[in-house]
Amino acid sequence: MRFGVVTLVLLALCAALGPPLAPYDPAKGVGGINEPPSAAHLFGTTGQGQDVLSQFLYGCRVSLLIAFAVALITTLISLAVGLLAAYAGGRTDDVLSSLTNVFLVLPGLPLIVVLAAFLPPGPVTIVAVLSLTGWAFGARLFRSQALSLRQREFIAAARLAGESRWRVLAVELLPNMLSIVAAFFVNQVIFAVGAEASLEFLGLGDSGQVTWGTMLFWAQNGSALLQGAWWTFVIPGLGIALTAFSLALINHAVDERTNPRLRASDLLRQAIGMRQRSAVLVTPVVRDA
Amino acid sequence: MYLLRRLGFYALAAFVAVSVNFFLPRLAPGDPASTMFANYSTQLTPAALDGLREAYGLTDDPLVVQYGRYLWALLHGDLGVSLSQFPSPVTDVIATGLGWSILLGVVSVAASFVIGCALGAVAAWRRSGIVDRVAPPSLIFVGSFPYFFLALLLMYLLAFDWGVFPLGHAYDDGLEPALTLEFAGSVATHLALPVFTIVLVSVGSWTLNMRNAMVGVLSEDYLTLAEAKGLAPRHILLRHAVRNALLPNVTMLGMAVGMVFSGQILTEIVFSYPGLGFLLLQAVTTVDYPLMQALFLIITLSVLAANFIVDSLYALLDPRVRQVVAA
Repeated sequence: MRFGVVTLVLLALCAALGPPLAPYDPAKGVGGINEPPSAAHLFGTTGQGQDVLSQFLYGCRVSLLIAFAVALITTLISLAVGLLAAYAGGRTDDVLSSLTNVFLVLPGLPLIVVLAAFLPPGPVTIVAVLSLTGWAFGARLFRSQALSLRQREFIAAARLAGESRWRVLAVELLPNMLSIVAAFFVNQVIFAVGAEASLEFLGLGDSGQVTWGTMLFWAQNGSALLQGAWWTFVIPGLGIALTAFSLALINHAVDERTNPRLRASDLLRQAIGMRQRSAVLVTPVVRDA
Repeated sequence: MYLLRRLGFYALAAFVAVSVNFFLPRLAPGDPASTMFANYSTQLTPAALDGLREAYGLTDDPLVVQYGRYLWALLHGDLGVSLSQFPSPVTDVIATGLGWSILLGVVSVAASFVIGCALGAVAAWRRSGIVDRVAPPSLIFVGSFPYFFLALLLMYLLAFDWGVFPLGHAYDDGLEPALTLEFAGSVATHLALPVFTIVLVSVGSWTLNMRNAMVGVLSEDYLTLAEAKGLAPRHILLRHAVRNALLPNVTMLGMAVGMVFSGQILTEIVFSYPGLGFLLLQAVTTVDYPLMQALFLIITLSVLAANFIVDSLYALLDPRVRQVVAA
């Protein structure tokens, strides 16, 4: 958990302060070709002689911005579709649910590739394409969550008290879904960072722009691998992996803390101070005398 | 009845994919079809040009007529002619890659499913044991890498630097495809690294899901009862816990097939493995729209078919699924 938060903060600092701190212009050739890491070029240089550290810092900003934009948009779409389906019910629900399931079952990458190939390359296309294809899982998740919440007494009470549909939605329902929405958002950032890099790696991004994905694209194109220039693809790859890993760690830790059964068994062990003898979990019951 | 309903749903999904495939080039801004048309017009025969004009809506016919004709051609398995490998029909080009992709996909999904479920079961059974403390975080870490990056890294270390595995392709160049032991061995060694990559990336989610499902099952009353009856722990684990925890994972198998197919595309590209993904990259780089679109359709339909097989499997495994619909 701590490692996840620290890494994420560091990456965010890179994105915010990176470009002014970058030692060189990321687009210009400032050194030899495929120079290994040295004092002048901490992360070495690329096949075009660009400074990998500067590219990493500039790429960080664009890559993280795209990832967060995609996560934000898909979360909003999912919420809208999921809540509308759960709340409207009937035919609207049928249509929206079928649409969601169709999008869920269509394999993502081929669709993304075909969409991106027909649209002009660039960050806007990437955000649009990934948003269009990434919302379905969330819509299903939020719909079922909203449906089960709707059965609870406090929602019924709010409705009986004469509150409007929208007020019930915004004030009663949404706050109770926040944790699941947040978890979905985090997962979407992970998905978007990887998918964006994949698209650009395939050459479907704007190859003139510096992002982690295009760095990998150029490394592959210049067959950096076969020339032993590992730093040209390990550095951007690590950026992507660290972003995804830190977010996954945070999600995992939050889940571990909010799952009552996991927590109960830990508490039990601490309280009684004995090692659990069997793997079977028991939900402890507290009895007041 | 349950399977019929699923079949209807997949038919709907297939129809959506087919329609997207038709409307996309016609609605895209900047008229990409004309660009492609201009690029290739000097290399093609007049008949092929007419076919292309029709396929990309550069005719004067109304949209409905074009759509009808497109569906009709599709029903006859006619997906057009590949531009980059003219004059082969797209279907011939794809047929060369389909077998390799299916081989790679089936082997990697099966391997990661079995390994992941085993790890997850052990992690939940020995909570806070070595497997539980080491496996989930390290697998999440490995799983955070994009497929193609892990593939590049593995290729660099194992194939390029140490030379343990071949650098790419599906079998040795010198060999002719034949049913010999030598050929099978060559295919297996070329398959190992791509499969290893996919398993590494995808095994983490199976492990986590299995672990969570096991934790849920372990707190069920029937397990407490089984333990109280004095059954052997091994017996409880295998016969009572794992069997029940596996079910939700089987449902996810269908979705995983789609995910793996997506990741597989990138893995194939890195290892120059001659499957559908490798063809897709060629189609993208040569702006071969007919090939690209046909690949999109074939991959989508394969994934839908795989999902249907998983659904049938699920109905076979869990009698409740059949009964609920019957009731």
